[in-house]
Amino acid sequence: MSVLIDKNTRVICQGFTGKQGTFHSEQAIAYGTKMVGGVTPGKGGQQHLGLPVFDTVKQAVAATAADASVIYVPAPFCKDAILEAVDADIGLIVCITEGIPTLDMLETREVVRAAGARLIGPNCPGIITPGECKIGIMPGAIHRPGKVGVVSRSGTLTYEAVEQTTALGVGQSTCIGIGGDPIPGMSFIEALALFEADPQTAAIVMVGEIGGSAEEEAAEYIQAHVSKPVVAYIAGVAAPKGKRMGHAGAIIAGGKGTAAEKYAALEAAGVSTVRAVTDIGRALAEILDGQ
Amino acid sequence: MNLHEYQAKALFADYGAPVPASCVVADVSEVPAALDELGGGRWVVKAQVHAGGRGKAGGVALLDDPAAVREKVSSLLGSRLVTYQTGADGQPVEKVLIEAPSDIERELYLGMVIDRSLARVVVMASTEGGMEIEKVADETPEKILKAVIDPLVKLQPFQCRDLAFGLGLAGDQIKQFSRLLGGLVRLFLEKDLSLMEVNPLVVTGSGDLLCLDAKINLDDNALYRHKDLQALHDPGQEDPRELRAKEWDLNYISLDGDIGCMVNGAGLAMATMDLIKLYGGEPANFLDVGGAATQERTAEAFKIILSDDKVKGILVNIFGGIVRCDMIAEGIVGAVKEVGIDVPVVVRLEGNNAERGLQILNDSGLAITAAAGLEEATRRIVEAVKEAGR
Repeated sequence: MSVLIDKNTRVICQGFTGKQGTFHSEQAIAYGTKMVGGVTPGKGGQQHLGLPVFDTVKQAVAATAADASVIYVPAPFCKDAILEAVDADIGLIVCITEGIPTLDMLETREVVRAAGARLIGPNCPGIITPGECKIGIMPGAIHRPGKVGVVSRSGTLTYEAVEQTTALGVGQSTCIGIGGDPIPGMSFIEALALFEADPQTAAIVMVGEIGGSAEEEAAEYIQAHVSKPVVAYIAGVAAPKGKRMGHAGAIIAGGKGTAAEKYAALEAAGVSTVRAVTDIGRALAEILDGQ
Repeated sequence: MNLHEYQAKALFADYGAPVPASCVVADVSEVPAALDELGGGRWVVKAQVHAGGRGKAGGVALLDDPAAVREKVSSLLGSRLVTYQTGADGQPVEKVLIEAPSDIERELYLGMVIDRSLARVVVMASTEGGMEIEKVADETPEKILKAVIDPLVKLQPFQCRDLAFGLGLAGDQIKQFSRLLGGLVRLFLEKDLSLMEVNPLVVTGSGDLLCLDAKINLDDNALYRHKDLQALHDPGQEDPRELRAKEWDLNYISLDGDIGCMVNGAGLAMATMDLIKLYGGEPANFLDVGGAATQERTAEAFKIILSDDKVKGILVNIFGGIVRCDMIAEGIVGAVKEVGIDVPVVVRLEGNNAERGLQILNDSGLAITAAAGLEEATRRIVEAVKEAGR
């Protein structure tokens, strides 16, 4: 078991024939992901990377029975791409693109939720179930099939956490990058609920960062609903107030959203926290050894 | 991106929200014409900088003598205003707003933000105008009224009435407030704002509403579809190094420490700063070089880091991911040669071909320390910088 995706997940790519779509689809195919086609309006009927190209997502779904879509189209067109995927009844939409206007996401998120679809991202590395299915831009080679669920707001920090769990020999069940934008499609809470329900997942690593209150909300949820051990790291203790730290969502606004507040909430909920990103593996080892 | 008060007020006026009559001057010679245009015998002079707290810092004055206005404008223009929201260097004053004074009966607060946990635009209103709203929210949260805007049906008239009655408005003021709020919500949504504040929104002696101050932040991600707003960008209000970094698509933020950082990924860049602090050092900057750490971009990043003369050492932290580490290592070696770096450089490389990458760094003959792992790299740069400081 894993969460959301496995070796049977049938994936299409929106923005398939573009530079990003091409490069990362090649990587995904090489990893063993069941890529079944792609969408580029106007290029329907062509073949790309040995797979069929369609003009619309609806056509792609009709021909391939795809159940997941990964989006690499430029930010100005992402709202449209996500809504098209929802309209074609895609259940899992993964949007990698960074730089989508926040108001676009407010509207898009409503439509995604009303349709009962799931959106991961935008501005995220994607999702991977090691050894089975890789949807996104993460380096496949650092992952190993295993029992730790990883959920993170940051791409490169997901890789750090993954590398440490691989070095520890426990591997990962599934890793979900929920992205660094202020309005993410999937929240920490949704990812935590999936890991809690997944029999393969024995422990969870949660990587947060400054800005917003998603970590505080996750802490409340963990206290009430998560029985599995959680190790958390929050990036940005050293970040100044009022400055956007790269990610659109990483900003301490009006004195709120500091790492200190997030650590306090997580610790009050019984989460094992680490102050150094390099300590995630050690904290996890202590917990798993004790089990 | 932030706007100046005068720019925000012009947008307010475009959307039907009442603002005081005003003129903007960039040179003291423009003052007499401005005073003629405004008329009357009293004027408010306001320095235009991207920071709050201007009043207490001497950036705002109520004057009743044209000569005094001239003098005040002359002293403000070309100066740097230091407020509690600016750094110690302050922000340059290149424009001054001169306004007709207002007859103030009551001061209210009106604001709009994107509430991240609700995933909604939320309107906030309060009878406690003129105060810091964060303080009101902390001490008397019951005094902040809210209206949550549905992304699909937008602002409804009942929400305007609800807030208006809550603010103690009556009669024609209810209509005025509804019109004003309707216009400002439309502005927020049409122009992709990320924050708007009217503090204070005043009730004048004649019972009318007037936006006395105006603050607008824009969503940078949406600027591509607002050419008119792009033109309002004032680079003079930004840190020159941050501005230069932006031209290269590098995310750079200057800090107070002495260890320069170059990292790929925003989260990892923050985590690297945190580690430096944990090991007893102080980061000089946040810098995300992004995925494509080519020699050209790396060299530019080094130059930007080194243009801060506090920097006594540099930590490069790259998690290669899909990009090959040997290519990154060649880029770093080339950039160090090109820029001619004379402070210690410690590099941590992880990912594809990391060993070859470290070999290239070690064989370069340059003063680059290749470290095995992030902990060792951090420890080494902190030690090297402490050593250099002795």
